[in-house]
Amino acid sequence: MRVVVDLTRCQGYGQCVFLAPDVFTMREEALLYDLDPAADQDDHVRRAAAACPVQAIHLDWAARRPPSGRPARREGRIVVVGASLAGARAAEVLRREGFEGTITLIGDEAGEPYDRPPLSKQVLTGQVAAGHTLLPRLRDTGAEWLCGVPAAALDVAGKRVLLADGREVPFDRVLLATGTRARPWPEPAEAALEGVHTLRTVADAARLRAALAAGPRRVLILGAGFTGSEIASVCRELDLPVTVVERAATPLMSALGGVIGEVAAGLQRAHGVDLRCGVTVAALEGDPAGRLRGARLSDGSTVEADVAVVALGSVRNVEWLQGSGLAAGPWGVTCDAGCRAVDLNGLVTDDVFVAGDIARFPHPLYEYQFMSLEHWGNAVDQAEIAAHNMVSDQAHRWPYLAAPVFWSSQFGVNIKSAGVPTFADEIMITQGSAAERRFVAVYGYRGRVTAAVTFDQAMWLEFYQRLIEGAAPFPPDFRHVDRRAGDGPVSARVPERVVPTAGATVVVTGHDPAERRASLLHSGGTA
Amino acid sequence: MSSPFEQILDPARRADPYPLFDRLRDTPVARQPDGTYVVSTYREIVSLLHDPRVSSDRRNLGSDAGEAPRDPSFIGLDPPEHDRLRRLAMRHFGPPHAARTVEELRPEMLAIATRLIDGLAGRSRADIVDEVAYPLPVAVICRLLGVPEEDEPRFHAWADQAIETLGPGEQDRAERERARREVLTELENYLAGLAEDRRRAPGTDMLSGFVTYHGPEGGMTHREVVATAVLLLIAGHETTINLIANGLLTFLRHPGLLDRVRAEPGLIVPAVEELLRYEPPVQLISSRIALADIEVGGTTIPAGSPVVLAVAAGSRDPAHTPDPGLFLLDRPRNEHLGFGGGAHYCFGAPLARLETQIVLGELVRRLRAPRLVADPPPYRPSAVLRGPRHLVIDYAGVDPA
Repeated sequence: MRVVVDLTRCQGYGQCVFLAPDVFTMREEALLYDLDPAADQDDHVRRAAAACPVQAIHLDWAARRPPSGRPARREGRIVVVGASLAGARAAEVLRREGFEGTITLIGDEAGEPYDRPPLSKQVLTGQVAAGHTLLPRLRDTGAEWLCGVPAAALDVAGKRVLLADGREVPFDRVLLATGTRARPWPEPAEAALEGVHTLRTVADAARLRAALAAGPRRVLILGAGFTGSEIASVCRELDLPVTVVERAATPLMSALGGVIGEVAAGLQRAHGVDLRCGVTVAALEGDPAGRLRGARLSDGSTVEADVAVVALGSVRNVEWLQGSGLAAGPWGVTCDAGCRAVDLNGLVTDDVFVAGDIARFPHPLYEYQFMSLEHWGNAVDQAEIAAHNMVSDQAHRWPYLAAPVFWSSQFGVNIKSAGVPTFADEIMITQGSAAERRFVAVYGYRGRVTAAVTFDQAMWLEFYQRLIEGAAPFPPDFRHVDRRAGDGPVSARVPERVVPTAGATVVVTGHDPAERRASLLHSGGTA
Repeated sequence: MSSPFEQILDPARRADPYPLFDRLRDTPVARQPDGTYVVSTYREIVSLLHDPRVSSDRRNLGSDAGEAPRDPSFIGLDPPEHDRLRRLAMRHFGPPHAARTVEELRPEMLAIATRLIDGLAGRSRADIVDEVAYPLPVAVICRLLGVPEEDEPRFHAWADQAIETLGPGEQDRAERERARREVLTELENYLAGLAEDRRRAPGTDMLSGFVTYHGPEGGMTHREVVATAVLLLIAGHETTINLIANGLLTFLRHPGLLDRVRAEPGLIVPAVEELLRYEPPVQLISSRIALADIEVGGTTIPAGSPVVLAVAAGSRDPAHTPDPGLFLLDRPRNEHLGFGGGAHYCFGAPLARLETQIVLGELVRRLRAPRLVADPPPYRPSAVLRGPRHLVIDYAGVDPA
């Protein structure tokens, strides 16, 4: 039986652990679980799923909402490019919505879609084998699966997707959900050293698991974002010496700002991580046999390590859309709040939709700024919105307005966030205590609540989500439980939101309205 | 004509309060004459269960509430005191430190259920409350806490009285609190003595864990041990009795259900979840206080007001659950309020679930042709913890275990 827990919903009640202690484990609120438990656990897993107070345990993709009525467009050919979480979810929702036409899923990886969050947690510790994170089987969608072949181009006018092997797949409507890949170490020769890893796919996880299980003398992690921090946590759990090198002043800084970053730094150091902040890796060094030996850091120091993990973020898989005329670039694929792709000129298309990591959509709560979110919940929720809108007429489309929610598990702590923590100028701890690493922190921007982060306090998050959605004043000025003396707003220390880019990416040409057009500049500077 | 909520409190309406709960939901946030606000719709209840502006500590109610209890247990405390005590208690009961405790009780629970049902053999009539629904959870909680079983009859009376004096409303709360405190004092004295014994000669039970554990954040004080033990002892069985009795009652009212569960024993798992939604033992969460003005469901609950969450109404809210008045064994995604929610989510939920699954499953499997002698059965008076006082059934025989 396959299991996946929607950890954006999970509030850490732990009922599943009581009922199936061989499948689910938990430290305070950080839940880990076996995604592919042995058959003799089936009964326990069913009991656990029935008992979940927020019904977050999925044994199949149970419908979250009943079908919304007969769709306006029941027939036709829908192509979904990208067969991971968002793409697979969209196919299922299309059927649930009553779509009766053909669905074709195109994916560059062979095999069924799998869940990625466990790759940096249960898989690396060895609790779950790398191949055992398949998502619960989709209901029979009757979809055609074209796996193992990437899409090479999109012909919007001709309504077809071109595959790398030369095939053409025609569509009436298409969903783009090609996701991201790990950002590689920029020096190819150094990246190719034996012992240098990235972590994005199940194959990456299997390789890294083997490397960690072999008992390296020291692991070097480049980057202390969520992935890097989670891997560091696993290393300490495996009792491996680990050095984390982070360019910013604290871990998690680019996601949560420096105040919470300091808490994360304390957490890492308390667990024995050699954390070096404000430093970068200048070079990875190998021995004559091509094996990683260590790294030279920007401060002149060196680290000896035989395994390195490059955790410097991700790159969006949008190159194949070059020439499609869509507003697709390193920032993602721009779309409206209903997941309809926008072309280079800023015009909304009507038959090209986007979901998941590559979707860059405007969020009304954040001054209609365009944002793309690499969260599990975003992939699932946006796929649902996109699929619904693909079969609905103008009057029945849904906007994607959810406050973003994401979670991480590291060093035994369950970290969750709602809203956009970097959209902030101030922060305050409203409940609990940073010193105890059990707290709720609220972010404010120009006097309103814009985000909240919890450490092992997940069950309060939905209250703060309502404050965010209701544009409540910041700092919160009401009386409530667990407020500690002396906690007031302080500077959020978030990174600059507008990062100056190296150069323009688009130019506008032409003169009168009939001929004015935007064109994308590619790396060579040519339109 | 009294309000729907006042009628719900009337013991004469205990047998079927659900039409009243349906009417209660017409006003999602209803102010009562005594200043209590009753909240009855699902969304609004869930939001208040997660609202840090809602306190569970009655000491936050103004001075007119009568004398405050001396040592609230964690059910009557807010974070961080609540979290600390609950964590200290959880250490010896569930994850992360004792994740298997409840699961490992399964064989013993089955043995107790088997013994109790064996006791029904050779007759054709029994009171399921007195003979099964009550003794099972009592035996289990005694085993867990380390209370000698021979002392069980003594706190039977204490626990019963403690429940009967519990209830919402502020009008005669001071008087009820006084009566309640007398009972609790006796129970406290008993448990304090037991804790002393455990301190001298610790065993593997929870009470021994309470008195001996001292970690980085300290341990429980003697008074905290007693308050926690009283809570677990009372809450650990008074609710489960009702869940079991309500469960068998529901099955006997719907013979088709009985046949289905008999044919497919695994259905007892969703059946118990549906019971928690459809006939919850805890109908009202009655001791919350607004610390600030809280706008909910279009009404502002003023700071300082007592708040009652009508969870039995919320779990039957048609805006949350389709066909809420139907008992559906295989209800998909059954999200109910049977164990509350938020920081005070029922501590003993895993125990209650497992006990009820086991004993109801065994009753369904072993009782031949059971039927109700009286419908409705007589009810206990409490509107907060609702269940039959007796549940007399006739049956054709008892199949062997």
